[in-house]
Amino acid sequence: MPQVDLSLVDGIIDGHLGHPSAVITILQEIQEQYRYLPREVFPRISAKVGLSEAKVYSVATFYENFSLEPKGRVIIKVCDGTACHVRRSLPILSRLQKELNLTDGKVTTEDLLFTVETVACLGACGLAPVLTVSGQAHPAMTPDKAADLIKAIRETELKTAAALASEHSALRSNDPSTNAVGN
Amino acid sequence: MLPMMTIDGIPVEINGERNMLELIRKAGIELPTFCYVSDLSIHGACRMCLVENERGGLEAACSEPPRPGAKILTNTRRLRKYRKNILELILANHNRDCTVCANNNKCRLQDLAIRFNIDKIRYKNTSLMPIIDDSSACVTVDRSKCILCGDCVRVCEEVQGIGAIDFAERGSRMVISTAFGVPLAKSPCVGCGQCSAVCPTGAIVVKNSIEAAWSDIDDPNVETSVQIAPAVRVALGTQLGLNNGTSSMGLIVAALRRMGFDKVYDTSLAADLTVIEESQEFLEHVGSDSKLPLFTSCCPAWIKFCENNYPELMNKVSTCKSPMQMFASVIKASSANSKKRHVHIAIMPCTAKKLEAKRGEFTVDSVPMVDHVLTSQELIQMIKESGIIFDQLEPEAVDSPYGVVTGAGVIFGVTGGVTEAVLRALSDDHSGMVIKQLAQVGERGMEGIKEFEIKYKNRPVRVGVVSGLANARKLINSVLSGEKVFDLIEVMACPGGCVAGAGQPVADLNVKIARSKGLYTEDKLSAIKTSGDNPLIDGLYQGVLKGRVHELLHVSYGGAHQRLHHSSDQSLELSHENDHGANGQGGNGQSENDHAERNPPTPIHDAI
Repeated sequence: MPQVDLSLVDGIIDGHLGHPSAVITILQEIQEQYRYLPREVFPRISAKVGLSEAKVYSVATFYENFSLEPKGRVIIKVCDGTACHVRRSLPILSRLQKELNLTDGKVTTEDLLFTVETVACLGACGLAPVLTVSGQAHPAMTPDKAADLIKAIRETELKTAAALASEHSALRSNDPSTNAVGN
Repeated sequence: MLPMMTIDGIPVEINGERNMLELIRKAGIELPTFCYVSDLSIHGACRMCLVENERGGLEAACSEPPRPGAKILTNTRRLRKYRKNILELILANHNRDCTVCANNNKCRLQDLAIRFNIDKIRYKNTSLMPIIDDSSACVTVDRSKCILCGDCVRVCEEVQGIGAIDFAERGSRMVISTAFGVPLAKSPCVGCGQCSAVCPTGAIVVKNSIEAAWSDIDDPNVETSVQIAPAVRVALGTQLGLNNGTSSMGLIVAALRRMGFDKVYDTSLAADLTVIEESQEFLEHVGSDSKLPLFTSCCPAWIKFCENNYPELMNKVSTCKSPMQMFASVIKASSANSKKRHVHIAIMPCTAKKLEAKRGEFTVDSVPMVDHVLTSQELIQMIKESGIIFDQLEPEAVDSPYGVVTGAGVIFGVTGGVTEAVLRALSDDHSGMVIKQLAQVGERGMEGIKEFEIKYKNRPVRVGVVSGLANARKLINSVLSGEKVFDLIEVMACPGGCVAGAGQPVADLNVKIARSKGLYTEDKLSAIKTSGDNPLIDGLYQGVLKGRVHELLHVSYGGAHQRLHHSSDQSLELSHENDHGANGQGGNGQSENDHAERNPPTPIHDAI
C-alpha cells in the first residue's frame, strides 16, 4: 500500500485555495494520485477545507467513482449501459469475475493487479458490448475475448515484473539475499 | 396593505414568512412534516408538506417562498393519498417495535400514522432488526428506526458546528453515519444530545439510567442522595399537568421523597460555590491579560468541544468543576463515614452530564462521584411509573444542611445566568437596585451571541455570552483572529442554555422562553440574590471544604487525575490527602500551601 504523503494532499488542497465547494475536485485529484482515497487524507481535507470529516466521507461515499479501498493497477470498466446490456454485457462481467475470483462486493484482486467494475454508459454504444482497460476501449467483447485479455495483461505484467527484478538484481548482484524472481 | 395568498379558499396576509409552510401554519393548518425544523436550513426531503397549486402542480411548502396572489390547497384527495403513501413507505422501512420503543408516545412518525389513519402497510417491512450504536454515554442510536430526514445532521452541523454525523452512501443504502462508520463515542460528538431532541422517531434517544437508579433506591444497604439542577424545575410542565415554565421544585422534592430517595438537594447551592470560585478566579485572571478571556466551565458539552477543537484554549477555561460535580464532591466527602454505601444521583436537563459523570477526572477508584445521571425526561418517567399524581402533591423543602439556595444559583439554568450571577458576586453592592441594573446589561435573552461591556473598578470588562456551539465557534474564531477582545466568555452548548437541554422534554422557542421566565421568577422570589450571601457558604468553607477547596471544587481537565496516579511522588501526596480527608482532619500542610485556602470572597469595594 502506498505510503500516504500528506504534503502531496496539502498541495492539491492549496491548489483549490482550500475552498469547500472544490471538495469533489480535491477528492478526484487525490484519487488520481493513489488510485483510491486513503483514510488518512480525510482528517487533513476536513481541517483544511473546513468541512466535517463526516461530510467529506458523505461526499466520498455518495459517488460511485470514489473508492475507499485500494484499487488495482489495471482497472477494467465493463459498460452496462442499455446498448451494452442488451448485447449481453453481464456474461462478460461474470466471466471476468470468475476468472479473477471477484464478486460484486469484492472488486479488486488480492495482488492489487485488477479492479473490475461496471459503469452505466461509456458513450460508445456503437461498439457494444464494450469495456475499457485502464482507459483504453475494447469493442465488441465476448466472455472469451475478455478472458484472453486479462490473460495477456497478466503475462505482460509478469514479464515486466521479471525484467524489473532482474534489472534490480543486476544492480545489486553482490547481494546474496536478492531474489530475482517472484518479488 | 400586505400581499395576500389564498390557502384553501381563505385569504391570508403574507407578513415576512420565510416559506409557504410558515404561512400555512399561521393560517391555522397543521401541515405535517418530518424534515422541517424552523431553526435549521430547509431540506425538503420528506415531501409530507406537499400542497397543490391552482394548476394542479405539487409543491413542497417548506421550500417555496410565499407568492402574492397564489392559490393553494393543502387538503385534497390527491394530497391525502400521497401523504398516506409516503407514510406507508417510511413505515415499511422502519423498525416498528413501538410498544417497547424509548420514543413511544413522543414519536412524530407514530403521531402522523395515527393522524392519517394508517391501518395497514402494503409493503414488506425491510427493517426488522435493530441496528444499534450504544457507544455514546449520552444517546443510543438505532439505525433501523431512522427515516433519513436529516434533522440530526443539520442540528449537529448548523447549530452545534460539529458535524459528527452525516449522510453516507446513496439510494437505498443511504444511512446516517459518522465518518467511516466509527462508533459515535469515537467521533467528534460532544454528547449535547440535540440530535435526539430533533429526531422525529426513536432513532436517536437519550440513554436511560432509570433501572440502575431504581435498583439503588430499592437496595436497603444503599443510602441515596439526589441533586436537582436549576433548569429541571421549570421543565416538567405539561407532561405532569402543570403550565410550561412553572417552577415545581417543591413538588419534585416531594415526589423524589415518595419514590424513596433518602436525601434530596438542590444543585443551585453548588452553583453558588461555582460563582464564588469562578469570580475569585476571574479576579486572579484580570491581573494578567495573557490569561484572559476566562471561559466558564459549567457545560460539559462545551468542555468536550473545547478539548476537541481548541485544546490550546483549555488553560483559559475555568478550573471550577461544574455545579453537579462540585455538589457530588461535597456530598461524597461529607458522607465518607456513612455505614451504608452512598449512591449519589443527579437530575439534570442535560445528556452530556451523563458523559461528564463518567470522565476520569470525576472518578475515584473507578467509582464515579455521581453514580447516575437522570434527565428531566427520565424523572418524568419515574414519577409516572411510581403512580404519583404530581400536581396533587404538597410541595416540600430540600434537606438540610444544604437547604438554602440563592437566586443567583437558580438562574444558572438559562443562557447568561452564570454571567449574571458572577457579576452580582463581583459587585459589593447587593441592593435591589443594583441587582436590577445588573439584569439589564445585556446578558439576558435568547439570542445566540450576546456581547456587552461593563465597568468594573474603572476597568472595562468585556463579556461574551454564547449558547449553541456553532455560535461559540464563531465567537472564539473572532477572538483568535484578534478581531474581538473579551475578558469573560460564558458558553452553553444548547441554544438558550440548560432550559433547552436535550434531557428536557422537547420544547419550541416559546416553551424555552417560558422556562427561562420561570427561573427568573424564582430568582425574584428568592430572599437572597447573591451567592456569597448564602448563609450556608461560610459553614461549607469552614467545614467540609477546609483545606480541600482545590481538591473538591476544582479540576484539571486532560487526564490530570490519571497523571497523578502515574507519578509516584504526587500519588503519595494524593493518597495522603485522601487519608486525612477520610479521617475528617482536613488537608495536610503541603496541600494548604499549594492550594491557598479560599474563604468566601470579601465584597469588592468599588461598585460595578
